[in-house]
Amino acid sequence: MNGNFTGRVWKLGDDIDTDIIIPTQFLALKSVEDMKRYVFYPLRPELAELIQPGDIIVAGKNFGCGSSREQAPEILAALRVGCIIAKSYARIFYRNAFNNGLLLLENNELYDSCSEGDQVSVDLKNSQVVLGEKTFQVASIPEDLLQMVEAGGLVPFMRKRNGK
Amino acid sequence: MGYTLTEKIIMRNTGRDSITPGELLNVNVDKVMVHDIFAPFVIEKFREMGFEKVWNPDRIVFVYDHLVPTSFIEDFRHHKIADAFAAEQNIKAVHRADGVCHQLMPELRYVVPGQVVFGTDSHTTTYGAIGAFSTGIGYTEMAAIFGTGELWIKVPPTLKFNIKGDLPKGVFAKDIILRILGDIGADGATYKAMEFAGSTVEGLSISSRMTLSNMAVEAGAKVGVIAPDEKTFAFSGVEGSRLQDLRSDSDATYEKVFEYDATTFKPVVACPSNVDNISDVEEMVGTRIDQGFIGSCTNGRLEDLEIAARILKGRKIAPFTKLIVTPASRSIYAEAAKAGIIGILVEAGAIMNPPACGLCCGRSGGIVSDGERVIATNNRNFLGRMGSPKSEIFLASPATVAAAALEGKIVDPRKYL
Repeated sequence: MNGNFTGRVWKLGDDIDTDIIIPTQFLALKSVEDMKRYVFYPLRPELAELIQPGDIIVAGKNFGCGSSREQAPEILAALRVGCIIAKSYARIFYRNAFNNGLLLLENNELYDSCSEGDQVSVDLKNSQVVLGEKTFQVASIPEDLLQMVEAGGLVPFMRKRNGK
Repeated sequence: MGYTLTEKIIMRNTGRDSITPGELLNVNVDKVMVHDIFAPFVIEKFREMGFEKVWNPDRIVFVYDHLVPTSFIEDFRHHKIADAFAAEQNIKAVHRADGVCHQLMPELRYVVPGQVVFGTDSHTTTYGAIGAFSTGIGYTEMAAIFGTGELWIKVPPTLKFNIKGDLPKGVFAKDIILRILGDIGADGATYKAMEFAGSTVEGLSISSRMTLSNMAVEAGAKVGVIAPDEKTFAFSGVEGSRLQDLRSDSDATYEKVFEYDATTFKPVVACPSNVDNISDVEEMVGTRIDQGFIGSCTNGRLEDLEIAARILKGRKIAPFTKLIVTPASRSIYAEAAKAGIIGILVEAGAIMNPPACGLCCGRSGGIVSDGERVIATNNRNFLGRMGSPKSEIFLASPATVAAAALEGKIVDPRKYL
């Protein structure tokens, strides 16, 4: 896994549920590419146009709660979000994100210290996030999960298992 | 050393004679459920992974419920893809218009006490009500189960909710679970098992227990289990004598035990737009509402329609107010019709929707517009869940919703009981 990267912050609140990330009405669109245009539609419809590859989403507690819809992390992965840094995550979203190669980091303090538009640097090797002069510690990610993220998720992992 | 019900189900499944919360292990999957919205994605991932044959076609259930009846031209694509896959793989359990997945799985005995079950839907926690370890997963993990029959899990610590005493008039299972959500919050049980126990829970019907387990996921829980008893064994059609061990040991270790006195409970509502934003109905009396909704895998069962009919019998809903009623399954619909319940609801002004997910997931059957306010029996009041992000949703019991529909505003349901 590429250990260091920097991205621009988009800041969201607590309990960002997967209905907010992608509402049910768009779930029968044919592809994740079609759904991307509606990311965060009920809360911040403008973000679909604004989020650029490498940007970082910073959020409060319980990010990804609610519906099990895997389109939520898959869309964020397709938008090539650098990572999400939240105070905490809901469990189905957490598993789905790693299975789709989307990196999730946990930190309690960054949220209250940063503003939208800030540049944040992630140093995975040292489990650190840097904002200006301040450094924040994130829980380290187990190496095999990182490898799965790097490989692109559970699908490539299973392909390998099946000798494809 | 004693174990909790959740730990015991996992131990039965894996053949282990001891386990510890936090431990990662592989479970053998007894049954899986995939619904129509996610079926094409599971199938696509299954093929991408390089699998050709499912591990066991008899353990896979397809339920078409989110897109039934179809609302858009493209919806049928989901059913066509799933039908073709079912035919190819010899999957016989395909339900095309029989009701909501979480009602059908226990009702049709696809899931029985003691099993380990996964579904591509967060409310798969519902089957905890009959003593199963069941939870929601994404479509990629489901594709991996289709190929291997296994999934890794982390053994969750258990939060026990010990609820004792008789429920006061006008207070139902929905009020209990909303109250708990208000107390522990929408992330109060993240990655944990919730276990509901005590004389109040023992006194509840299987339908009411399903309401509790259904909403365990709204606190972030992995499962929401209730020890099976004679009611459960009769409901599931299983011989109870071999399942007596499916209960927590008296010396089991819990992360925390919450004690509740049910006699102090009141009717409550979850206010917009979070499930843990709980107020007593008394405090919200007078709040204008435009639409009521009685249905879903949380509260669309016969007893829910019955209580609504008791309140609506011989009365009319308020002018300019809509009431949408959606039975959770075809058999519930048929029974309610036979019992005269449907007639009472329709006479009162209700719009009957076919048994499916419909309005609960904001896909069809009563989508709301800017400024509209809904009071509903389902499980989520998230921003834009039933349509416009500028609408508002309150969650409540079927009695509270029926009473609100009568007056076009939130009222105390106890005055109609």
